[in-house]
Amino acid sequence: MKRFQSTEAVIALVLLTVMVLIGLVNPAFWGVANLFSLAKANVVIGIMALGVLLIMISGGIDVSFPAISAAALYITVRTMVALDYDGVLLPFIAASVIGVLLGAFNAFIIDRFKMIPLIVTLGTASIIRGLVLGLLGTSIVNINKMPDALIEFGKQDLTTVTAQNGATVGLTAMILVYLAIALVIHVVLRHTMTGRSIYAYGDDMESARRAGVNTRRTIFFVYCTAGLLAGFAGLLHSSMIWQANPRDFIGLELDVIAAVVLGGASIFGGRGSVLGTMIGVFTLVMVKNSLILMKVDTTWQRVVVGVIIVAATAITAWRDRKKLA
Amino acid sequence: MSEYLIELKNISKRFGGVHALDGVSMGIRPGEIHCLAGENGSGKSTVIKVMSGIYTPDAGEILIDGKPVDRLDPIAAVHNGVQVIYQDFSLFGNLTVAENLALNTYLLEGRGRMDWHRARKMAREVLTRLDVAIDVDAEVETLPTSGKQIVAIARAILAEARLIVMDEPTTALTGHEVDALFTIVRDLQARGIAILFVSHKMREMLEISERLTVFRNGRKVAEGAMSSFDEPAITHAMTGLEIDEETYTPDIPSESQPALEVQGLSVPGHVDNVSLSVRPGEIVGISGLIGSGRTEFAQALFGMENATAEAFRIAGVDAFPHSVQDAIAHGIAYVPEDRLSEGLFLTQSIERNMVVSILERLRRGLFLDRDAMRRKTEEMFASMQIAAPSPETAVGNLSGGNAQRVMLGRWLLTGAKVLILNGPTVGVDVGSKAKIHHIIRDLARKEGVAVLMISDDVPELTGNCNRIHVMHEGRFVAEFSSTAMTEDAINDSLKALK
Amino acid sequence: MSAKAEEKPLLRRLLGSDASIAQLAVITLVIFVLMAAMNPDKFLRYYNFESITYIMPELGILCIAMMVAMLTGGIDLSIVAIANLAAITAGVYFRHPVVAEALDAGGLALVLHTAMGVTIALLVGLAAGLVNGLLISRLRIIPILATLGTGQIFSGLALVLTGGPAIVGFPETWNWIGTGKLLGVAAPFWVLILVAAVVAILLRRTHLGVNLMLIGTNARAAVFAGIRSSRMILYSYALTGVMAAIAGILLSGRTNSAKADFGASYLLQAVLIAVLGGTNPAGGKGRVLGVLLALVALMFLSSGMQMMRASNFMIDAVWGAFLVLVIAINYLRSSK
Repeated sequence: MKRFQSTEAVIALVLLTVMVLIGLVNPAFWGVANLFSLAKANVVIGIMALGVLLIMISGGIDVSFPAISAAALYITVRTMVALDYDGVLLPFIAASVIGVLLGAFNAFIIDRFKMIPLIVTLGTASIIRGLVLGLLGTSIVNINKMPDALIEFGKQDLTTVTAQNGATVGLTAMILVYLAIALVIHVVLRHTMTGRSIYAYGDDMESARRAGVNTRRTIFFVYCTAGLLAGFAGLLHSSMIWQANPRDFIGLELDVIAAVVLGGASIFGGRGSVLGTMIGVFTLVMVKNSLILMKVDTTWQRVVVGVIIVAATAITAWRDRKKLA
Repeated sequence: MSEYLIELKNISKRFGGVHALDGVSMGIRPGEIHCLAGENGSGKSTVIKVMSGIYTPDAGEILIDGKPVDRLDPIAAVHNGVQVIYQDFSLFGNLTVAENLALNTYLLEGRGRMDWHRARKMAREVLTRLDVAIDVDAEVETLPTSGKQIVAIARAILAEARLIVMDEPTTALTGHEVDALFTIVRDLQARGIAILFVSHKMREMLEISERLTVFRNGRKVAEGAMSSFDEPAITHAMTGLEIDEETYTPDIPSESQPALEVQGLSVPGHVDNVSLSVRPGEIVGISGLIGSGRTEFAQALFGMENATAEAFRIAGVDAFPHSVQDAIAHGIAYVPEDRLSEGLFLTQSIERNMVVSILERLRRGLFLDRDAMRRKTEEMFASMQIAAPSPETAVGNLSGGNAQRVMLGRWLLTGAKVLILNGPTVGVDVGSKAKIHHIIRDLARKEGVAVLMISDDVPELTGNCNRIHVMHEGRFVAEFSSTAMTEDAINDSLKALK
Repeated sequence: MSAKAEEKPLLRRLLGSDASIAQLAVITLVIFVLMAAMNPDKFLRYYNFESITYIMPELGILCIAMMVAMLTGGIDLSIVAIANLAAITAGVYFRHPVVAEALDAGGLALVLHTAMGVTIALLVGLAAGLVNGLLISRLRIIPILATLGTGQIFSGLALVLTGGPAIVGFPETWNWIGTGKLLGVAAPFWVLILVAAVVAILLRRTHLGVNLMLIGTNARAAVFAGIRSSRMILYSYALTGVMAAIAGILLSGRTNSAKADFGASYLLQAVLIAVLGGTNPAGGKGRVLGVLLALVALMFLSSGMQMMRASNFMIDAVWGAFLVLVIAINYLRSSK
């Protein structure tokens, strides 16, 4: 376990250095308003990243979760609008169930037909997006039609402060949801046999089978949980921005995978932790958000994110190079 | 109560047209140390997989404690106390020692919670019982091979094994470590656990085992108390051949220029200042344990390591290879240890596997000269006597012996003058083995190729080489030639290594 | 004897010794018949096939590029970004006042500057491909992540160059590449045929092609056999980059515009068609003919569906379902 801790310590150190640098360029970085908005920006992408983490520890990869998120949120909200239903708990359960089912579809194909996860999830992402947009349409459910309870749920703040310019800024309560989920995933990964089976499977599938790991159950657990988290995060996102857009999250897979890799997970499986992933997500979100603070033209954002992905993966490739040799 | 813990009766198993096991019967008694011997391809590993429930036999009966088991699957085998320690140990390098030890037990018990505290306690207890000091919180991939093996044994003990099958357990161990392993094995026996050693190393069999079963070509050819066997008898049973006492004595003018001459070759951490000279027509053997630096030495000669040398001459010309391409250009060839993962392109044709290293030379302008390619392949296909429908056949369909001949053919096409063979007959059946030895000797004698042969198989070395070096911890520690070069002498020398 | 030896593999090649080619040919035929039967008046019209020959080439070249990347067990997720970046760079060149003036003058200058634009686009593709190749072969970054990252960088750079909106108003000679006709056949279709032929020959008849297949089959054995693996991999990504640039030229020529986020759905489709075409994403297996067959099949499928007024989204879904279906068929066939 020492090695995990040291990996996380390195990432944390990188994060701190970057924070200090950004703070030096623009002291507004340390402003409460900025920190609160940073925290808010972590929630949805962080929950998705936890799902991707599970998949990467198992040695797989998933590019379909943004499609799953969008499908879950749009189907749920459209159904709520159509039934004129207002509530919180049931819709979140519904979105999660949609996510689980779609994740199970991924797991089924990967397990049954032994195809590499990247190709499978590219295909399922296309199916899911295509069906949602094709059958349900592309119209955005705006704030005026969004169910009130959802909006109220997403609006909750833990605390609010009045900024210097007089505007009040709040720390979203959704951060608690994120932390709770992170804690659960951490406990599952670290303290349950299911979690440890994922690490074993990711290190060596054949040995895991010999040791008595139910490999099929492991695959289903991993992809269904990732689906669940994606579905849940999708609706949470919707309730936080007060609209439901079926085209949301396009291209987000790149950011999330980058964050997880940045957080020390190995694309070859067997390595990765919740804490590392959370730091990775925070780092990526922070850098993206801070580009504006640092007066970098927004058109450069993508280039910077790309450079971060390449740099982070170059570092992990260097770390894992012994395995390849 | 039956005499046997586990008994196989008339077990047969076919793969495609091949009889991997043909009506085999054998039994293991509780608490005995039993040895299963046989050459590669004799059915040893198939029988392990039958006992551990991975393969279901096509015919025959398995009895455990005298009761027939109609379907032995891996879980049932574990429940009956059968544990296999494979050569790769099946451990998880990314997990700690404690967790590796607890994982099977917890999974077997159907636990949901990973109890770290109990895992550490269990691990400490079992390691203390084995009288070894290993940090239970260390990640397994940081342990040396002998440490991993002990963890694997400890795991089997924790799973309440009544029979532990060990597949070639001593291959990677030093003489000292083998002694330590044997102490542990005798200790296990004292606790009533039966051990099935699967090995082809005779000396060890004679030292540790009480009973012996010998397989050849999927059949049992001998069994009985160890005391009724001696080395020649075992060899005869394993190979079906009388031991060929003839050794390789080339007729080399002593003043002839060495084909390969290396002085002070070092690879940091692996090879320490080794010098070697091989003349055309010589076959020089290198013996040593895994981890002795023998593979790194060979790879350094082939331009694959970050090596330094005071002198490196091929046929008298300075030719230090900085890359594999350099080495090939200088006429050095290397047949790697692990043919499947390092040598062959299984799904590709024999032709492509043979010409891969001369593709650059087969260029005619921008394109490959397909006529030349076909001509060269067909020549080599014939002279290597490869048994396959045509050079278009995928190499994956060939037997081990034929596949190895494809490898030899590849290097002969490059016009190699120095041929380095690492485990030339690993995974090759007895008949093919003799054929490959014959080819190698012919190359040396008739074509004047200088051969460097690295092998675990001491008889293979003494039978084919005119000189043998023993390597240990990166150095050549002993040299044998002509009359001094007996199996006993070399085995004793290996045994003395610490 | 030598003639016979030549004949046998040739015959087998045409009939498909490779069962996947035969299977694909059947699938393509079934789709063709099905779509023709469902749209009796529209599908079989000459116009339909002609419009396919204009739309197909840009995607087809991307698919071949993807297949080349997959031969060594890699993947190139940056091809669409490279295509757009190449077209945009050429567009920026055409916008340069000096060049724009010369273009307005027309005549030979028009042709020369177009040739210059094409060269610039191809060089951009080559440079981008080399960046990918270096990251993958020298820094040992795994291809998915490397090209995921560079894809962001390339499309980011394209965004920086345009500042957001599309570049429009390419010279007419440039647009001819995407919309013109040569000997009665669509100009872009000729480009596709040329690229396909060159790559097919490259893969079968040159040492680069054979080396790529061998590296993809067993990368470790390739090292032991003395293949210059990292150089070959570098070349393969450079080739992929150049092909992506060609696709970018065709796309911008056809639409008379270039934008940082054009053709985003092409990426998935290229992976899909490459895999459908019998390419093994784990490496070592892939043929141009297979990719072309899969391309034609899916072109028939989407044009037929468009005639039935299916939305583009539904077509995407059907493509995805098709991929999953073929994965299943391949698995069931191989396990027999």
